[in-house]
Amino acid sequence: MTHTHSHSDPHPGTAVIVEQLTRRFNNGPPVLDGLDLAIAPGEFVALLGHSGSGKSTLLRTLAGLDPVTDGAVTRPREVSVVFQEHRLLPWKRVWKNIVLGQEDKGIRQRAEAVLEEVGLSHRSNAWPLTLSGGEAQRAALARALVREPAFLMLDEPFAALDALTRLKMQQLVADLWKKHGCAVLLVTHDVDEALLLADRAVVLERGRIRVDVPITIPRPRRHSDPGFEGLRSLLLDALGVHAA
Amino acid sequence: MSDAITLTGPYKTAEAKGKTRSLRTLVSIRRYASPLVLVCLWQVACSLGFLSTRLVASPLQIVVTGWTLVRDGTLPFNLGVSLLRAGSGLGLAITLGVALALISGLSRIGEDVVDAPLQILRTLPALALVPLYILWFGIGETPKILLVAVGAMFPIYLNLHKGIRSIDPKLVEMASTLGLSRWQTIRDVFLPGALPDFLTGLRYAVGVSWLMLVVAEQVNAESGIGHMMMDAQDFLRTDIILVGLLVYGVLGLMSDQIVRFLENTLLAWRPDGRKGRSA
Repeated sequence: MTHTHSHSDPHPGTAVIVEQLTRRFNNGPPVLDGLDLAIAPGEFVALLGHSGSGKSTLLRTLAGLDPVTDGAVTRPREVSVVFQEHRLLPWKRVWKNIVLGQEDKGIRQRAEAVLEEVGLSHRSNAWPLTLSGGEAQRAALARALVREPAFLMLDEPFAALDALTRLKMQQLVADLWKKHGCAVLLVTHDVDEALLLADRAVVLERGRIRVDVPITIPRPRRHSDPGFEGLRSLLLDALGVHAA
Repeated sequence: MSDAITLTGPYKTAEAKGKTRSLRTLVSIRRYASPLVLVCLWQVACSLGFLSTRLVASPLQIVVTGWTLVRDGTLPFNLGVSLLRAGSGLGLAITLGVALALISGLSRIGEDVVDAPLQILRTLPALALVPLYILWFGIGETPKILLVAVGAMFPIYLNLHKGIRSIDPKLVEMASTLGLSRWQTIRDVFLPGALPDFLTGLRYAVGVSWLMLVVAEQVNAESGIGHMMMDAQDFLRTDIILVGLLVYGVLGLMSDQIVRFLENTLLAWRPDGRKGRSA
């Protein structure tokens, strides 16, 4: 059973479908083990798991960086990825980084508009190496959004930021998601981040889904919301961390 | 009996600041003063007959001879010939070096085919090729230009190849998620990313090309600065030889400044501390 391409959508109204995806490296134990996952259009899914649980492999496969060798993946053509590191080209000014690979007219205006959205229009002409960590990650978000993706992948995008900047960025992502309405897959270690942002939390363990739970707390959410505690201990439990 | 200590910097008044500034000018003057004094001593030694002009001409004599050589057209002509040789050799070196570095930097097969022979060849001293070149190409312009080209090609190739190979794979991955084509990736990621290393290579290559030129023009030539100096040797004209040395020195200095200028312009994206670092 080997399908590698993004064929036409067999399930209307579904952004991303992963079916029986198995991936192993050098005949070792499977990193992804017959994984099934569906993400609806506009749905925000948080993917949790320990290092080595297969989170990154799943994301890389969805991004098209790793091949599909066993199983099938269907996803929209327009996808964007934001990585833990900003991965901006240091030799291009911020706005040039945003429009990288896009050559149609009026792209500069769209870049400026997106930079405005992420609150970075004043650094449009700056060199990336002069940006702070938070600013660089905003620029990376802008670069992802300017392509109007139907599916946005965020690979621990705030892990390298300080705690205060992280809170601001989480708020920003929540706002941008509401505005753009794309499906989002957020890979994270942070249970609170998942609870704050996602419609659904998926915990991965040894290449399989261990827990798949909807988060129905009304938005905008706060850490003091009553539903938080129960879900937090459920997810921490699934991650093998037992609250005392 | 307190454990507290107070840490203060030296308190600077306006007067003290003025003093440091004048001190700094003094230091920069001192840097230039020392060579000037040496030149004066040299002049005095020649004028008083301590130094024979057969061994070394006096600074004044060098200036006068230099001016004469400019007036009668000898220096401009020979300088033009030398510049043309160095320029065409360097141009050839850049073309070849960049082409080979791209082939071996951007494909594994290319690396296997191109890199191994070049790594072997680069251990040969290029100057040792002179006898072979004379046999192959005679004593015209070809061997001189080729000698410069071969010598200057290696620093270009080696540095650019290293630059391309050390591009952060994460940036390449990012380019692929953004849907950049292979050509766009080369244009926007590989080439600008390898530019700092290329410029380092270029700076070395310029130095090497002057070195090669000196040898090429002194072994067999009928024109050029090197030939002018060898000719002067026959007539014991140390002044002309020293004018030639001076010209080589100025050329080396100027070409270094040009590369430095290129670095500052093309690598404006680097934080200040790394710009125009000395090689």
